[in-house]
Amino acid sequence: MQTSLRILVVEADEDRARQIIDALVEAGWSDVHALAQVSGLDRAIRTISPDIVLIDIANPDRDTLEHLSLVSDPKARPVAMFVDQTDDELTRAALNAGVSAYVVDGLTPTRIKSVLETAIARFHVMRQMQSELDAAKRALEDRKTIDRAKGILMRQRGIGEEEAYGLLRRTAMDQGRKVIEVAQALVTAADLLS
Amino acid sequence: MSSLPLTLGFVPLIDCAPLVIARELGFAEDEGLALTLLPQPSWSALRDMLALGHLDAAQMLSPMPVAMSLGWGGLAAQVDALMVLSVNGTVFGLSRDFAARLPSHPGFGDPVAAARALAQAQDSPIRVGVPFPYSMHRLLLDYWVEFSPELDASQFEIVTVPPPRMADAVAQGTLDAFWVGEPWGSAAVARGVADLVLPGRAIWAFAPEKVLAARHGWIAENPETVSALIRAVHTAAHWLDTPRNTSLAVEILARSEHLDLPRETIDPALSGQLSPALGHAPVPVDRFLMFHRNTATFPWRSQAAWIAARLGADAAEQERARDFYRSDIYRDSLGPIGVDLPGASEKVEGAMRHATAVASSRGHMILGPDAFFDGGTFDRHPKT
Repeated sequence: MQTSLRILVVEADEDRARQIIDALVEAGWSDVHALAQVSGLDRAIRTISPDIVLIDIANPDRDTLEHLSLVSDPKARPVAMFVDQTDDELTRAALNAGVSAYVVDGLTPTRIKSVLETAIARFHVMRQMQSELDAAKRALEDRKTIDRAKGILMRQRGIGEEEAYGLLRRTAMDQGRKVIEVAQALVTAADLLS
Repeated sequence: MSSLPLTLGFVPLIDCAPLVIARELGFAEDEGLALTLLPQPSWSALRDMLALGHLDAAQMLSPMPVAMSLGWGGLAAQVDALMVLSVNGTVFGLSRDFAARLPSHPGFGDPVAAARALAQAQDSPIRVGVPFPYSMHRLLLDYWVEFSPELDASQFEIVTVPPPRMADAVAQGTLDAFWVGEPWGSAAVARGVADLVLPGRAIWAFAPEKVLAARHGWIAENPETVSALIRAVHTAAHWLDTPRNTSLAVEILARSEHLDLPRETIDPALSGQLSPALGHAPVPVDRFLMFHRNTATFPWRSQAAWIAARLGADAAEQERARDFYRSDIYRDSLGPIGVDLPGASEKVEGAMRHATAVASSRGHMILGPDAFFDGGTFDRHPKT
């Protein structure tokens, strides 16, 4: 019964689209389509005629989708968004995970709910991976900056690496700042003076 | 004294300037507020974030609080407009390819001539891009089409296109025309793909474009914070509309991390000098974009009623809509610090063909013009 739902995933990133589709297919939905091409979204939606459209909340094309869901009458109730607005918890969960859903009228909430829950779980994993990636990148950048700051201190004051780091750390503690902030200030000052 | 943190949502357009200035020049800090400005990828996302409490307040298209509070659109919520952030500031333009197929070019600034020129278009429907279904852009387009005898709504197909993509859509031939906020009209001209035909004010001389909105319940629970925010943004709007600050404002906005737009795309809107076509000398457009002049920030209840009426609201809904524009809170926040306030909170929209002196809390103030291109007026209580 679930498998009769036609789902459209609007996602420009091929890899992300694949991950979402895989998650949905694994959970039992087979009629899942992906749309990467954002121009002509209206035409695609007319041809595919999905029951549910899933789109990243950060995707600027949401406004276009929103318009399509209102059809021509500006007073018309939209094709319902986030399932049912009475299900606050699910709405919040979707928003936190970064997924928004547009659903055709008349679908029973329980049928939509399971699709959304699958999508939410997948979006969560993707968001987690992204933030871990970002954190790793930032840590690497920070280390480079601290290394440069240590190098500057070692050269200018003729001290060893350990002592240079100790100096950075003491300064940070005295000023109630983070080591990386002190290092950044030092590197910036050195760049300006060189 | 530590400041109260407040998170505001905005869409990176020129007319988010009052929020950026309130933060960057310390007007918010002076009111004890530490503003965090969060850019939003779309109006739908901004609406959801505000409705679900991830944002304290937000810049919104002026029809959005009306539509949301009446229960229309993707996510309904009780949201009020605390003040108007900007008046006018949008443009209607045509793709150059489309314009070239017209027997005569519509020129710039004349809605009657433009309607005549478009009436001769062979293409049907004419595809027009707007930023959002509930936008002043769309309402101005609808109004112009409805009250131009030469035009017929069935000639037009309205689609929503995110403003930064408008020029691309025109270049690809997906759109024949667009109604968009700056800098995206001038950006399309600079790319050589579009000509500007009308500034928004050619249809309505005093159209509320963006508002500062917040949840109804949050407003009721945080009266002091709300007043501080209104005062800070009002000061920023005043600063922005002081002519000697214009070049500095362009500089601040160009450097601001919040906008990420080059200087030359910010200048036309703030200086009111628009190039309608590539290589064309800039044309001065009086009152192209207003932040403070003529009490621009005042949330007129009649503006909300007009918006509701144009969205198709019935009489009862129009009556309710008045209350979504909070002129009461605006008065309570700015009256005590000596800001001149209009004697009434409603006006007959469209009645002022010229700047007009009206009664105010401190004597007289100058309002308007607020005329519609067809001379129409909107009075919520028409005399029978």
